[in-house]
Amino acid sequence: MSDALKELGAHIEMKRPDCVLGYEVAFGELTITVAPASIVGFVDFLKSDASCKFSSLVDITAVDHPERAKRFDVVYHFLSMYQNQRIRLRLQVREEDLVPSIISVHPSANWFEREIFDMFGILFSGHPDLRRLLTDYGFRGHPLRKDFPTTGYTEVRYDEALKRVVYEPVSLVQEYRQFDFMSPWEGAHYILPGDEKQEEGAK
Amino acid sequence: MDGSKGFEDALTGEQKIRNFNINFGPQHPAAHGVLRLVLELDGEIVERCDPHIGLLHRGTEKLMESRTYLQNLPYFDRLDYVAPMNQEHAWCLAIERLTGVEVPRRASLIRVLYSEIGRVLNHLLNVTTQAMDVGALTPPLWGFEEREKLMIFYERACGARLHSAYFRPGGVHQDLPPQLVDDIEAWANEFPSKLDDIDGLLTENRIFKQRNVDIGVVTEEDIQEWGFSGVMVRGSGLAWDLRRSQPYECYDEFDFKVAIGKNGDCYDRYLVRMAEMRESTKIIKQCVAKLRAEPGEVLARGKITPPKRSDMKTSMEALIHHFKLYTEGFHVPAGEVYAAVEAPKGEFGVYLVADGSNRPYRAKLRAPGFLHLQAMDYVAGGHQLADVAAIIGTMDIVFGEVDR
Repeated sequence: MSDALKELGAHIEMKRPDCVLGYEVAFGELTITVAPASIVGFVDFLKSDASCKFSSLVDITAVDHPERAKRFDVVYHFLSMYQNQRIRLRLQVREEDLVPSIISVHPSANWFEREIFDMFGILFSGHPDLRRLLTDYGFRGHPLRKDFPTTGYTEVRYDEALKRVVYEPVSLVQEYRQFDFMSPWEGAHYILPGDEKQEEGAK
Repeated sequence: MDGSKGFEDALTGEQKIRNFNINFGPQHPAAHGVLRLVLELDGEIVERCDPHIGLLHRGTEKLMESRTYLQNLPYFDRLDYVAPMNQEHAWCLAIERLTGVEVPRRASLIRVLYSEIGRVLNHLLNVTTQAMDVGALTPPLWGFEEREKLMIFYERACGARLHSAYFRPGGVHQDLPPQLVDDIEAWANEFPSKLDDIDGLLTENRIFKQRNVDIGVVTEEDIQEWGFSGVMVRGSGLAWDLRRSQPYECYDEFDFKVAIGKNGDCYDRYLVRMAEMRESTKIIKQCVAKLRAEPGEVLARGKITPPKRSDMKTSMEALIHHFKLYTEGFHVPAGEVYAAVEAPKGEFGVYLVADGSNRPYRAKLRAPGFLHLQAMDYVAGGHQLADVAAIIGTMDIVFGEVDR
């Protein structure tokens, strides 16, 4: 299984050395890192090459790594119903980078790219209709970024006096809690209250 | 056929024809949930169809990032709430592949059994409500009677009729009592006759055929272009079924046929669904026979599953394990994996990025309905307004999974 995938990875790298930055096989899946600028041509190659035939787009998504300079991973999954194999492509992009849209090759990329724009704020160049998809009309921010709070910024309710729906800043009765399960013995990085005195005493 | 293209008034020789924009939904009984379609109509012909989705968006993917792997499992019931366990299955498979846990054989059989029950649940709802969308009232009443029996099987296995949370990473939550297995078999024996009843109502029904034959035709090319999966593929004659082509769990040892259609229209997809229910019944029967011969554990013993209740009474380590598992949760080694199952609606996949902590770093849910609905503009274009309802029905769209 993984030998065949390695072979496929090597084949693709040999055919398109300018696009492929590297490939790896992990958990029985082939992942290819691709240069963002060449994604459209590369996807087209994957679709038409006889030993690939990745004609079906399964999924496009993104992963946010705020600590990296190239903050986002844009991840594509393709499936070949003819060769019965799957492939994953990964692009690394900065926050302000434009990713070329692959709608010309796979029309089904339309909503996936809209969703990524909506959720992460990544812009796709050449997309005919880059509107928000899942969030509310007039929504601000990009919810799946790691720096967007889970509770959001606004909440909505029906105002009986105004007879319409009003948007208000979120007010939480109880603070949204994120429990930290790291045990103090395994090196949690926060300072326990009163613990700093012990440090001083040791000196 | 549509009469509007190049239309000229016979008397005056000129007439201004204006296209109408209408809102279909968000609260429309034939929209199968909260779908808003902005339709541009030329007379009764759909020119353009712009689906506005997200009215049921609950931010599942965001919520999942702040919860442990086990706490995330019930979110999957709420995606496609018509066949909940099939979704859970994808999540469990993803975790099991990252952690390398081997599922006990009995648990694997139970999973197959309940996945197939889920398939029947889904197809019963879809076939009969699609028939209701095109004007038949009796099929949903008969179909829901069978669904009710299956819901009771869900309830007897896990205590809940819909949001089951029954599949767990490493197996299933509890073993099935022998009486339940017997009852499932009794149901599977008499279910084909119920299918025959629905068959008799619909298959050769003149109105049903008029509304479905040659409506929403999907070709092999369209399937690739728009990323269709499941019945949308098989209705057009492509024998693509993940259970057969990329077998997961223990599907490779079951004897079943992959039903395919020929013309790729709504009617063929209806026929495929009916045939799939019969095939699922066969798998259920085989499962029951295998389950009787296969007593044993239903959860892999290890860090990701709770210890035995009896151990907790005597062993301190087991007690600590139990406490840690249900507070902190288990840790999944770093890595990324895409696990897909053949859900009743098509390929349901989970792309899981783990960073070695007790929570997923990112989980992307790939819902089949999302791609099917996306192609609405393409499939419904040029059809009559009334066909839109038939096409939505046959695409098998449930908003829980489209909006997530």
